[in-house]
Amino acid sequence: MIAQALTRRRERRVLPGFGLSLGVSLTFVSLILLLPMTSLVGQLSQLSWSQYWFLITDPRLLASYAVTLFGAAVAAIFNAAFGLLMAWVLVRYEFPGKRLVDALMDLPFALPTAVAGITLATLYSSNGWIGRLLEPLGMSVSYTWIGIALAMAFTSIPFVVRTVQPVLEDLPAEVDEAAMTLGASDSHAFRRVILPYLWPALVTGTGLAFVRSLGEFGAVIFIAGGKPYETEITSLMIFVKLQEYDYAGASAVASIVLATSLTLLLAINLWQGRFIKRLHGGRG
Amino acid sequence: MLRVGDAPRVRRLLIGVALALTGLFLLLPLVAIFAQALMSGIDVYWQNLSDAYTLAAIGLTLLVAVITVPVNLIFGVFLAWLVTRFEFPGRRLLQTLIDIPFAVSPVVAGLVYLLLYGRNGWLGGWLDAHDIQIMFAWPGIVLVTLFVTCPFVARELIPLMQAQGSREEEAAVTLGASGWTIFRRVTLPNIRHALLYGVILTNARAVGEFGAVSVVAGAIRGETNTLPLQVEQLYQDYNTVGAFTSASLLALLALLTLAAKAALEWRAARREIVT
Repeated sequence: MIAQALTRRRERRVLPGFGLSLGVSLTFVSLILLLPMTSLVGQLSQLSWSQYWFLITDPRLLASYAVTLFGAAVAAIFNAAFGLLMAWVLVRYEFPGKRLVDALMDLPFALPTAVAGITLATLYSSNGWIGRLLEPLGMSVSYTWIGIALAMAFTSIPFVVRTVQPVLEDLPAEVDEAAMTLGASDSHAFRRVILPYLWPALVTGTGLAFVRSLGEFGAVIFIAGGKPYETEITSLMIFVKLQEYDYAGASAVASIVLATSLTLLLAINLWQGRFIKRLHGGRG
Repeated sequence: MLRVGDAPRVRRLLIGVALALTGLFLLLPLVAIFAQALMSGIDVYWQNLSDAYTLAAIGLTLLVAVITVPVNLIFGVFLAWLVTRFEFPGRRLLQTLIDIPFAVSPVVAGLVYLLLYGRNGWLGGWLDAHDIQIMFAWPGIVLVTLFVTCPFVARELIPLMQAQGSREEEAAVTLGASGWTIFRRVTLPNIRHALLYGVILTNARAVGEFGAVSVVAGAIRGETNTLPLQVEQLYQDYNTVGAFTSASLLALLALLTLAAKAALEWRAARREIVT
């Protein structure tokens, strides 16, 4: 084993370009990623713990945490259901326009978030195409948490679809054929046979959609309106503090946002790693 | 043989719901962009497009893309080569670091650059003394865009190059090929499609980035407004038609991006059938 690993390592180094690619990569990562990130640490180190605590527990900010988390959770749950449905329909059925629908699924990643933001805000405003229909029902989407969740859901649509789709494509036909032959109903076979198989991909996709929604800015601010304590998301709080030249406050909030999303991303990667290991018989 | 959900009733119901939701959530917004842009007729559309500030915004956006796409392309290829062809301590860490821009809210990305290069930032004093303006000018916009888009090329290449392994390149080494020849003749043909897709994604994000750019740009009309910032400003000025005119350009680019992606996938699928 060890000998094998050693020869493999030597073989790897047979290829040229180690020094050059290491140099280019480290230079770029240091200058573009690490140096700016350390400036955040530097800014924060000028604060005492009590100052930091005071900044991150400001009531207006606490309200923004709640709004952001709630909106992102609603968006993620919507996307889990919608993404699963779309992946299923795109893999299992043939229908006219299927290629077009498949391509449209990536629109939220290709469309700039500011464009998505003003479009949703216009569509759902009280005289917009959809808002006009909702108003007589007493429902308003603009300037409410529904609008925030809607915008977050829009920008994270591709995550669940694109993580579940390939797994569903790989599901052997015999699996659900067997369940059906044995007399299981559609919903029973789906719940007991197919869903457990898709579960890891579904959780990963939903988790990524949640992380993305937490950090979303451009798509949300237009439809949210930014009423303090009600429709202010945390990213907007950072932006507002910067415009007031409150760099310490902005950095403190940014550290919370950064820590939350990095922790979640790490958790998703670990979960995904465990699942890949299981699929490949522990080799990972 | 019958599979789950093959019953005609179930199939019709699921396809119907899927199409209705796709229409409502994806197609309708797309149609609305162009409908709003053309609301006052094609003449007003052209007039809005040829507005001096809009033209300046288009120019700046192109400049940002022209710089960031090649830089991130080169970086992405070097990084992918490094982490898939060599074993070294810190390899996993490097791969994790590259994911940071995906996890970070764009506003935070803008903030860290402001803290570094801004007037009160670490390098701000030195830059000021030498009369170099980075924040609230185009270099700052380019830098944050580099930050936000740096994972795309590498993320497309790494899984592919890992799966392909390095046997072909090793064979080329034993035959005496130089590094550049190996890359050009052996590696590049294998990764061509993934590379192109990475470039398309980088470009789409570079052109459309809003949150990070709005922090460092300072919104000076005709000078530091990229197209997405121009969209925001016109919208805040209640110039809806003007805002959607600029937005329609970005939406067209998004459609081109989707078409290019579909074409690449279609060719890849066809090649799979042939071989």
